Amino acid sequence: MPSALFYFFSAITLIFGVMVVVCRNPVASALSLVVSFAGLAALFISLDAYFIGTIQILVYAGAVMVLFLFIIMLLDIKAEEHGKVNALAVFGGITLALVFIVQLAVILGKHDAGSKTLKDVPVQFEAAAKTQKVETIKTDLQNGELPDTKLVGVTLFHRYGYQIQLIGALLLVGTIGVVIMSKREVN
Amino acid sequence: MITLNHYLFVAGLLFATGLAGVVVRRNIITIYMCLEMMLSAANLTLVAFSRFHITDGLPDYNAQALVFFTITVAAAEVAVGLAIIVALYRTKHSVNVGAVEKMKG
Repeated sequence: MPSALFYFFSAITLIFGVMVVVCRNPVASALSLVVSFAGLAALFISLDAYFIGTIQILVYAGAVMVLFLFIIMLLDIKAEEHGKVNALAVFGGITLALVFIVQLAVILGKHDAGSKTLKDVPVQFEAAAKTQKVETIKTDLQNGELPDTKLVGVTLFHRYGYQIQLIGALLLVGTIGVVIMSKREVN
Repeated sequence: MITLNHYLFVAGLLFATGLAGVVVRRNIITIYMCLEMMLSAANLTLVAFSRFHITDGLPDYNAQALVFFTITVAAAEVAVGLAIIVALYRTKHSVNVGAVEKMKG
């Protein structure tokens, strides 16, 4: 990915991330977060994680944010816009963020292993094709393509089969919990 | 050129924005959105480390499996959290965190 595109998408992610905090209207915050997540998905795709980038758009920018907007409009919370700003909280929040950023900058300045570029660590298609057992992945790698979704699938279902069932159970419990919590009590 | 540190710094900035938002904002729905932002920032570090840690000639897909699980848990968490917010709004008629500073019991 050219550097210009990296800076462009990082800027989109960060500027709209700040907009989420700054906007007084919750609907504007939610829509800013959608754009911020779209920029983040572009960064994922720049790291050759096509599957993660796609589900970031589908799950976060799509499903989760629609849920947020739905709740904001259901509750109709326009009155909150006129609330006063707590100066102490603003000061504390900005100080906390600045301390965190300074710490991070100092650590990254000393992190020599992080000065590698994507060209220093290329995907080695021939070497990878030899170690893969699944036939379609092997063919894709020999053709010089990265079968990202297939590789994530193999990792999830070969190595994390138990955990994926656990996640399924968690989603089911979550769904039942939401239904029980949000239904009105009937006497 | 873009290095691993660039990606980590962008993720750190996004996390710091979310952290500041959680402290600054009083609206519980906005606080929730900032939490989601912090989770996504953590996902970005995981994907960056995955790509830069080549194992057997491929990116480390264990990290991407972890990102998949994080996104799934975050989706479940949003559903439950928003149900709690709706229940809160029914009893307090406000989404301001100042409205829930007193416990009953």
